[in-house]
Amino acid sequence: MKLRNIFLAPTAILMAVTMLAPLAIIMVYSLLTRGAYGGVELPWTIENFTRLWDPVYAVIFLRSFWIAAVATALCLVLGFPLAMFIARSGSRKNLYLSLVILPFWTSFLIRTYAWMFLLRDTGILNSLLQALRIIREPLSLLYNDGAVILGLVYGFLPFMVLPLYATLERLDPSLLEAAADLGARPRDTLVRVTFPLCAPGIRAGAILVFVPCLGTYLTSDLLGGSKTVMIGNLVQNQFTASRDWPFGAALSLALMAIAMVLLFAARKRGEEML
Amino acid sequence: MKRGLAVYAVFAYAFLHVPLLILAVFSFNSSRFAVWERFSLQWYRAVAHDGNLIESSLNSLIIAIVATALATIIGTLAAYGLWKRGSAWLSGSMYLSLVTPEIVTGASLLALFQWVFRFAHLRLGMHTVILAHVGFSLAYVVVVVLARLRSYDRTLEEAALDLGATELGAFYRVTLPYLVPAIAAAAMLAFTVSIDDYVITSLVAGVDSQTLPMVIYAMARRGVNPALNAVSTLVVFGLGMLIMLSERLRKT
Repeated sequence: MKLRNIFLAPTAILMAVTMLAPLAIIMVYSLLTRGAYGGVELPWTIENFTRLWDPVYAVIFLRSFWIAAVATALCLVLGFPLAMFIARSGSRKNLYLSLVILPFWTSFLIRTYAWMFLLRDTGILNSLLQALRIIREPLSLLYNDGAVILGLVYGFLPFMVLPLYATLERLDPSLLEAAADLGARPRDTLVRVTFPLCAPGIRAGAILVFVPCLGTYLTSDLLGGSKTVMIGNLVQNQFTASRDWPFGAALSLALMAIAMVLLFAARKRGEEML
Repeated sequence: MKRGLAVYAVFAYAFLHVPLLILAVFSFNSSRFAVWERFSLQWYRAVAHDGNLIESSLNSLIIAIVATALATIIGTLAAYGLWKRGSAWLSGSMYLSLVTPEIVTGASLLALFQWVFRFAHLRLGMHTVILAHVGFSLAYVVVVVLARLRSYDRTLEEAALDLGATELGAFYRVTLPYLVPAIAAAAMLAFTVSIDDYVITSLVAGVDSQTLPMVIYAMARRGVNPALNAVSTLVVFGLGMLIMLSERLRKT
């Protein structure tokens, strides 16, 4: 078993340095006081955590939850028929599936920028609508909550489609036939047979979309306006412009705690990857 | 029902792919504005003459290649070790690294680096970026390689040991060849997450280690710029070629 330990050693060291030590530092910092010139100072305090309940920040948490929830719901509504289409497309399944995965391999940053290009005041959409004389003044499509939600749906739709597809693929077609034979209309079969049987896929997809959306920074920073501050932006701000590291640390821990709780709540035995 | 789904699928795929296509098409537009004028390569010429873009692209490539090589080697070894016998704290910390929001990973790494720098004469730079990238791509490599090991027949390795191979020899000559497709896939994944990362990189990079995503981000924040369309097209095209190449290699 010595070989095993040698093989695991570099990973153990790396994980300790890049994951556990930073986490430990953050935990300590979250209990310290903000230094006069940035940095951290004694005394110990829990004030950084009590500040989380300040309405100014609570609103940001609530807004982040709201945006992530809407994006997740939209991914589910948009992703389910697509997953169903792929699962039923016979020999072309792999092609259709790779068309969903493909954007995942291209840059997330660039795909977000593509929406800036489409949505801005002098962007394609506004130019097109103006050329068609549907609108006279450009609509402000960019820099609002809607644009952020759009960007999140666009970025995370594949994460919803894949687990949905995996469960739909395994779905026994004879169950659907049985429902039809017993007189269920297609819509009843969908609602009362297909949806319940897809619950594990829906749960997995919802978590895979909701958790990263909740902690998003890039999308809200580029597509959201100054009013669309989410938790991720708040964290970034504490570590850069505001230079309030203790509060940034407390925010980071709160965000991680929420993510962990959601993941454990949604996890079922036998669904582990590692 | 079936036809309805097919029609819907066309729209869904359009939603996923048309934005990038439009971006690519307009990178060849001679006008700055979102109205087609005529075909032109001027924005590509602008990119070719932009020293900042070139330098940051080179930085990105160096970082991604070094980080991918390190993460793939270290992660493959770890996957093999974990396959032999699990380790709760290692799996746990990798799980944690997969689910931690990027902004938290970046901020906490920054906090660690700044703390270490109080005692050592070091600064943020390429080395801190590479360390961060190896750290966050390691878990991806382990997940991919471990998935392949789950379908591996243990008796193959036992047979090699019975026939007199050393433990290391059995790993190197029997198990490792079986893992090659997964290792290649893992390396691809590590490379793409590394070359695309903005959030973590921007926090741990120094003045001399600007990466391409950082420059793209700064340009995007200043507003839309046709040269950015050209850069984006080049990046997407480059990544696309890389994926096709790796698919080719995987099939042969």
